[in-house]
Amino acid sequence: MTGQSMTTVEMQSQSAASTSPLLSVRDLNVRIPTPSGELHAVRGVNFDLGRGEVLGLVGESGSGKSVTLRALLRLHRSPIQTTGEVNYDNQNLLTLPESRLRSVRGGQISMIFQEPMTALNPVLTVGEQILENLREHRGLRGKAASERAAELLDLTGIPSPRARLSDYPHQFSGGMRQRAMIAIALASEPKLLLADEPTTALDVTIQDQILRLLLRLRDELHMSVVLVTHDLGVVAQTCDRVAVMYGGRLMETADVNEVFAHPKHAYTHGLLGSLPDASAHRLPLRPIPGGPPDLRRLPQGCAFAPRCAYVTDACRGAEPPLMTVAPAHASACIHYDRLPELNAAPEAPL
Amino acid sequence: MSAQAETRKLEAQRQEVQGLEAQAPDTLLEVRGLTKTFPVRQGVISRWRGQPGRAVQALTDVNLTVRRGETLGIVGESGCGKSTLARTLVRLYEADSGTVKYDTLDVLALKGEALRGYNRRVQMIFQDPFSSLNPRMTVGQVLREALTVHKMRPAEQIPERVTELLSLVGLPPEAAGRLPHEFSGGQRQRIGIARALALEPECLIADELVSALDVSVQAQVVNLLLELQERLHLTVLFVAHDLRLVRHLSHRVAVMYLGRMVEVASTEATFATPRHPYTQGLLAAAPSLDPSHRTAAPAIQGELPSPLNVPSGCAFRTRCPHAFDRCAAKRPLLRDTGEGHLVACHLYDPASILPQAGAERAAADQTVPESRA
Repeated sequence: MTGQSMTTVEMQSQSAASTSPLLSVRDLNVRIPTPSGELHAVRGVNFDLGRGEVLGLVGESGSGKSVTLRALLRLHRSPIQTTGEVNYDNQNLLTLPESRLRSVRGGQISMIFQEPMTALNPVLTVGEQILENLREHRGLRGKAASERAAELLDLTGIPSPRARLSDYPHQFSGGMRQRAMIAIALASEPKLLLADEPTTALDVTIQDQILRLLLRLRDELHMSVVLVTHDLGVVAQTCDRVAVMYGGRLMETADVNEVFAHPKHAYTHGLLGSLPDASAHRLPLRPIPGGPPDLRRLPQGCAFAPRCAYVTDACRGAEPPLMTVAPAHASACIHYDRLPELNAAPEAPL
Repeated sequence: MSAQAETRKLEAQRQEVQGLEAQAPDTLLEVRGLTKTFPVRQGVISRWRGQPGRAVQALTDVNLTVRRGETLGIVGESGCGKSTLARTLVRLYEADSGTVKYDTLDVLALKGEALRGYNRRVQMIFQDPFSSLNPRMTVGQVLREALTVHKMRPAEQIPERVTELLSLVGLPPEAAGRLPHEFSGGQRQRIGIARALALEPECLIADELVSALDVSVQAQVVNLLLELQERLHLTVLFVAHDLRLVRHLSHRVAVMYLGRMVEVASTEATFATPRHPYTQGLLAAAPSLDPSHRTAAPAIQGELPSPLNVPSGCAFRTRCPHAFDRCAAKRPLLRDTGEGHLVACHLYDPASILPQAGAERAAADQTVPESRA
């Protein structure tokens, strides 16, 4: 346990000190035209991702986290508009010609999805789908390729990998499919893995296995990971750094320990405060009133203002920008220093 | 098939004799030896070959006691039978064998008017409020229908009662005129609760009540449930996979694995001193909110076995770090290990603490369970 946190700290200091970020996102905007008006799903998102870092992009449904992730690889098609900069390896992925983007997409940057059954091709064997990626991005063919494919399945913890290569996705269980999808994603030896709710459809014991696998692979293959999730427990257990999204904007970014111990945004604070903790059995919880905002009719100023317990008139003026409020801790809350301490951390291991 | 059911019945009777759980006077619902299988459709070829029909073992010999006024959490992973249990209890599924006693009623034998009466007293709320509400009926119509079908109120009092029900779940009276799609997920779940409460039930069976809701909204519905339970003295079966919520809401927790009850205990005992290796693993696998609390190794290895082909003996033995040869030979029965803490595991069986069984167990500890190979 201490070993793991050590490596995390080392990696972060390394990435901060010696190298530039692997990925740098600036003023990312995604606009989706709908019959009832334009939906501004991602509004001016900025973040950097270090080498070997696991960044958790966390938020509720409709907060724009998945749309952001897909925008990084330009997966949105017209009429959806993606503007801003996604700088990777000295090039802006949003303006790169399609032919050059193809070598990055699926090659240096891979992606895995929530529902592996819809992401995998049902009429190709798992082996063929891995081989396709090996051929396309590593130039491997024939025996060398099938050796490597078996190795990859083995790496992701699929028993008797050689035999399973000729199986179709429907012959795999949910957890196995997710492992197969990770194997396909890793075939190109990516530097960055984008994971969109990779364990949401899985059972908790299988989720646990897949998350540990991702962390192990991150260490072994020196990958960076952007993990999109709505589950705060998953964030706490896997991420080095966290970016909290709400209403299409980043509300807070900080080291994972900081976010859980000293949240500096009223939304993060409210979210953590609304979770049941061990000490208050059957007592009323402290919910955040109201519901998530309608992205077509966002309020003026801070998007969270209508539900916020600390709201003042200042929040309803201009939208507060994401600003550094402590070392390596940014928040878009003007009342970040007024938030009370959270209750003592839950004592039980849940 | 019938022979199988027969042996199960015998086994259930034997457990009764063993004094599984003394029947307390405050028992509201008592489930004994409940078994449910779903036959799998056979293809032409396998029928022609005369291959035996296959069946999903959804529930195997489930025993459970629910006390009046308590919240009983039922947890487990997908396919563990928790939803099948809930649906069998309200007679949405017909059980293969076993008994369900509610108050003085023999639930599985109820018919016609008596069954409708039971269904009024025990109401179910479903996970997805959108698919369980008729999209073409206004909320007012939904509630009125429930009130008239069960003759809860004379016609002239119905509008007043609809308003009352809406305010009970925190919705404005105008909500009665709107259609389900006009509401958010949290509000729809409130409508589902209002519909259940229209029949003034004694017992609510909530199947994944808040699983489809966002975290910030979940707490609102949880609070509503807590408040209603106090006000209306409801007994609640809270079926869920979110352990944190179950711990918060439940007085006692029942843990299921592959259609079997593996552990039943007070919430405190379940979370502080879980006894069944599966419960221990399940709790360890649930992601903690404390980032400094990380482990490198997964809590439970291996995959869930197919419910078409449940392992012999203990269903968990293929993934259990403590499995020994007795686990494959004999199915452990749910037994009291003290203070009402029920566990179905050979590790807690006095028979396996006998000297030779102990040696057997020590030897088994050194062999690696197959799932790790």
